[in-house]
Amino acid sequence: MTTSDRLADATTGTDTTPEGADSVGYAAHRETTEGRVYTVSGGDWDDVLSDAAHDERMVINMGPQHPSTHGVLRLVLEMEGETVTQLRSVIGYLHTGIEKNCEYRTWTQGVTFVTRMDYLAPLSNEMGYCLAVEKLLGIEAPRRAQLLRVLLLELNRIGSHLVYIATGGMELGATTAMTLGFREREEVLHLLEHLTGLRMNHAFIRPGGLAQDMPEDFHEAVTEFCKVMDERLPLYDKLFTGQPIWRNRLKGVGYLPVDACLALGVTGPVLRSAGLPWDLRKVEPYSCYDEFEFDVPTSNDADCWARYLIRVEEMHQSLRIVRQVLKKLEPGPVMVEDKKIAWPAQLSISSDGMGNSLEHVRKIMGQSMESLIHHFKLVTEGFHVPPGQVYVPVESPRGELGYHLVSDGGTRPLRVHVREPSFVNLQSMPAMSEGGLVADVIAAIASIDPVMGGVDR
Amino acid sequence: MIPVPEEKPETGAEQSSAERPESGLEPRGSEPARPAEPVVAGRERKGMFGVSGTGDTSGYGGLRLPAYSPPPAERPYGGWFDDFADEFYAALADNGIPAEAILQVTVDRGEITFYVAREHLVAICRTLRDDAGLRFELCSSVSGVDYGVDVPQRLHSVYHLTSMTYRRRIRLEVTLDVEDPHVPSIVDVYPTADWHERETYDMFGIVYDGHPALTRILMPDDWDGHPQRKDYPLGGIPVEYKGAEIPPPDTRRSYS
Repeated sequence: MTTSDRLADATTGTDTTPEGADSVGYAAHRETTEGRVYTVSGGDWDDVLSDAAHDERMVINMGPQHPSTHGVLRLVLEMEGETVTQLRSVIGYLHTGIEKNCEYRTWTQGVTFVTRMDYLAPLSNEMGYCLAVEKLLGIEAPRRAQLLRVLLLELNRIGSHLVYIATGGMELGATTAMTLGFREREEVLHLLEHLTGLRMNHAFIRPGGLAQDMPEDFHEAVTEFCKVMDERLPLYDKLFTGQPIWRNRLKGVGYLPVDACLALGVTGPVLRSAGLPWDLRKVEPYSCYDEFEFDVPTSNDADCWARYLIRVEEMHQSLRIVRQVLKKLEPGPVMVEDKKIAWPAQLSISSDGMGNSLEHVRKIMGQSMESLIHHFKLVTEGFHVPPGQVYVPVESPRGELGYHLVSDGGTRPLRVHVREPSFVNLQSMPAMSEGGLVADVIAAIASIDPVMGGVDR
Repeated sequence: MIPVPEEKPETGAEQSSAERPESGLEPRGSEPARPAEPVVAGRERKGMFGVSGTGDTSGYGGLRLPAYSPPPAERPYGGWFDDFADEFYAALADNGIPAEAILQVTVDRGEITFYVAREHLVAICRTLRDDAGLRFELCSSVSGVDYGVDVPQRLHSVYHLTSMTYRRRIRLEVTLDVEDPHVPSIVDVYPTADWHERETYDMFGIVYDGHPALTRILMPDDWDGHPQRKDYPLGGIPVEYKGAEIPPPDTRRSYS
């Protein structure tokens, strides 16, 4: 063999030597009718892995488009084998500038924006925002409005926790959880659509009360819903609570004790799973919550399993509150009397969606010139809010949802800042998952149940 | 810069937790909070309907409204605020923090706000968290506020602290010049402030000194400017609806 024969080898790295010319490096072979068959044997996988485990650090990008990261969340995992050594969350993929946009709209229009942040708990957002505006104005919604708000909030909480089970289950491979969870959530959305006109992004809670009163048959509709849920909720216990796979995936995973929760600002079911019965509906009751009998489930396990059990129990408690609301409700106004604040609306559905009903428009147009001018001013200019700032927290399904509103006396907010529970709780991901397996990262995210629309705002 | 009073206070060195007054009295050696330079929280207004110059036919062109300034509160503050303030000032004295670190106290709408000097912010937070009579375990939120281009010390860094033990909420506020937007980071005291401070840096350009990794969090890393400042445009585009063109929200008439 001359040097020129091997030329291609030197330039391209391919072996151009004739077949069998140098058979020393080949594995044992035998001739068959199909051709030559090589029998290849190699090293043991354990040797390969033990070499790799300590020398090879892997950095893996999980997301932002990944079916198991609960939305457009990106996790940067540093791993050794299947063990996560470091985890960093990267967010901002769904940032829409809602806080900035609110500064260019009237106080009432702000509701339409904030309801789109945490899209699984739109009514909690509306509630926090409206309570904050009402605190700035120094007004209080009428009793019927407060009770109906509680009703809507609790229905929304049930819907949100159902999505937690649905998506969390799907991420862990339990697709039946998804079909079941979304089936029941559909019941909630149907009911909310019947009550508020929209399935999501309701903008139904307004500063001063509600957009309008409930439909006539709402009592029956809610009772019927409670009956359905009473039958369906035990299914979750049947399917998941006793199920060994579900239990083994969640038990002892995503551990976060109470001191870590407080240091990281984690609230909601995650904090309650660590044993602290901190529920703003109990400790700082708003909107008549102090009149209701309900329990705050807690656990001492501080793991994903405890969070699952707590959320299921919270759904039962929410149903309990809904039933009590129905008993307490009495006829009355659902908006403050002050016509300088109360938005004059009577909604109905027409060809291009929901809006003021024609009859109502006719009434406004036909009443008097002054009331027409007043209506026009209120809708285009909005109401003035005395200067100052407030911070109002409410208990959303994910934890403390706080609204820090600043007014400079105008008809638009000077600043709307939202303390989003998903945003804050997501900070605990490294504490929950570093040192664990990559499969447990999924369980940990699911147990926080972040909504990226709220995280990024 | 935050104006720091000339004369150094006589902090009560002999002050200890055991000597705290029973009720209502200021602890010895610690001055009650007094207003520094008034905090401005709003802009001046003139006219009405957002019209100025010769186009103003409304007759309101001469209307002048001064900028809002949160009034300093005077004792008694009412409710639990007085008990809390006694504890707070005593704890400050215990930890060697001068009473001048509190520039102003405002009580408004049932919420108490302490305007604090930024150089003492971390020590104040640590005191609030650790002192047995205060116990603010949870930092609910850190946010920025920009009060507008013409306002002196327009940037505010606002901290909402929660005491789960006593079920109290307070607000700390640091006012900043836009040319010198530096605040010490409280991540050491409240790890939860990590992302909050990153967000506030991202949106307002407030620099939290000592933060472990102060990078943008919501906007892309190479973004120019800080979007929630008042001099940063909203960037809206006109929208056509049923044949009419609706101007973008930032160019619509603002009535206030």
